Amino acid sequence: MSKVGNSAANGQPLLKIEDLHKKFGELEVLCGIDLEVRRGEKVSIIGPSGSGKTTLLRCINYLEKPTAGHIYIEGKLIGEKKCGDNYVHLSDRELARERAEIGFVFQRFNLFPHLTALGNVTVAPQRVLGLSREEAENRGRGMLQKVGLGHKISEYPERLSGGQQQRVAIARVLAMQPKLMLFDEATSALDPELIGEVLRVMRQLADEGSTMVIVTHEIQFAGEVSDRVIFMDQGRIVEQGPPRAVLFNPRQPRTREFLKHIQER
Amino acid sequence: MNFFQILEARGWYFFTTLLSGWPATLVVAMGALLFALIFGLLIALMRISRWRLLRWPATAYVEFFRGTPALVQLFVIYFGFPDIGHQPSPFQAAIIGLGLNGAAYLSEIYRAGIESIHRGQMEAALSLGMTPARAMQYIVLPQAVRTMLPPMTNFAIVLLKDTSIVFAVGVLEVMALARQLVTETLTSAPIYLMAGAMYLCVTIPMARLAARLERQRQAWQ
Repeated sequence: MSKVGNSAANGQPLLKIEDLHKKFGELEVLCGIDLEVRRGEKVSIIGPSGSGKTTLLRCINYLEKPTAGHIYIEGKLIGEKKCGDNYVHLSDRELARERAEIGFVFQRFNLFPHLTALGNVTVAPQRVLGLSREEAENRGRGMLQKVGLGHKISEYPERLSGGQQQRVAIARVLAMQPKLMLFDEATSALDPELIGEVLRVMRQLADEGSTMVIVTHEIQFAGEVSDRVIFMDQGRIVEQGPPRAVLFNPRQPRTREFLKHIQER
Repeated sequence: MNFFQILEARGWYFFTTLLSGWPATLVVAMGALLFALIFGLLIALMRISRWRLLRWPATAYVEFFRGTPALVQLFVIYFGFPDIGHQPSPFQAAIIGLGLNGAAYLSEIYRAGIESIHRGQMEAALSLGMTPARAMQYIVLPQAVRTMLPPMTNFAIVLLKDTSIVFAVGVLEVMALARQLVTETLTSAPIYLMAGAMYLCVTIPMARLAARLERQRQAWQ
């Protein structure tokens, strides 16, 4: 397990979350999450809707500002910095630099409709990383080929199927060469027959050793690709462990109930 | 002499005189439009800002300039500025006056256009490491332009017609010359009608353009 060896050599997890809380008004969506993810590790988060999975993911790249708690990538605070004993929020520019290292795949793809597939994949490398157009396009073509869309580079999102759009969205994230990739129910908005093609791409990334945190309802997929499965409910991590243990032999009654419910669907 | 006899006898003179006012009308209209396009965007961005300190003055600005007559604003600039040590030329006063007024209206068009773009677009851009300003520049505004173009063209039409008040600060544009002609020849209806027809000749194609822009779909739609 060379990946584990690497992160052990660095002595720190790639992602570390400490006592994370998030409130929307009175509603507490995350009630103290602690989580560590090693480099190369694949972590799936499952749980009923409203359990806080998506909010947790959105907090990791600061699309949501946590109410309390801290997030670290490679030991470096995300979204804030320490000044003396206080934590202060980062400027837009500093925050953007940190976000560039965290890829986020949205449930609804959020492709840029005014740009072609290639444009979607190259805009951030050009405008954020400062690559030349040619460099960005070379990289972008490579990424689109990787997700099996090398023949669709000049199509606009409108003319792509849902599965193709999501694969472009994954290529768009890959082109930034992120340290960590977050998948927020990447297949939930897809027609059943299109789910497979997206899962195939995700599986390929997993096999290549990407570090991934995957919020998903695809229990079987989670079981196959993950090193660890986390079950969340009501803003808390209820249970976590190797997929075999959590999915087939859960200790907590709530996990059992949820899995039973899913199987009955 | 009746209406048609007057037109036959003096029509060409009226026409050429009024026509000589068009350069001034167009300079004021385009100058004010450019001013309003730039300043209006700034006001719109302030109004959607996270910071109250930016939002409040922008809101006050829009309320003030939409809530008071353009002519009053024009007079304040033309007759009020000398009190603070600068006498603007009639053209400067006209362009700044109509520009400031137009910026208030345009900022609302910008704002509606920007807010019509789904939040997910901004989020996707931010998640890729763009700053909010970059995301606005490369992702949100290019999409919003399509929504904004038709109302902006309509605004340009209104602005062109509104230039007819700047004779009040001494710009020799179409309406100023029309009034001079009326004083000079003691006829009014043919002159004003001709001036109106001239405005129509410009505004009708512009309205057509607005309608076409509304129908037109971009390559990506």
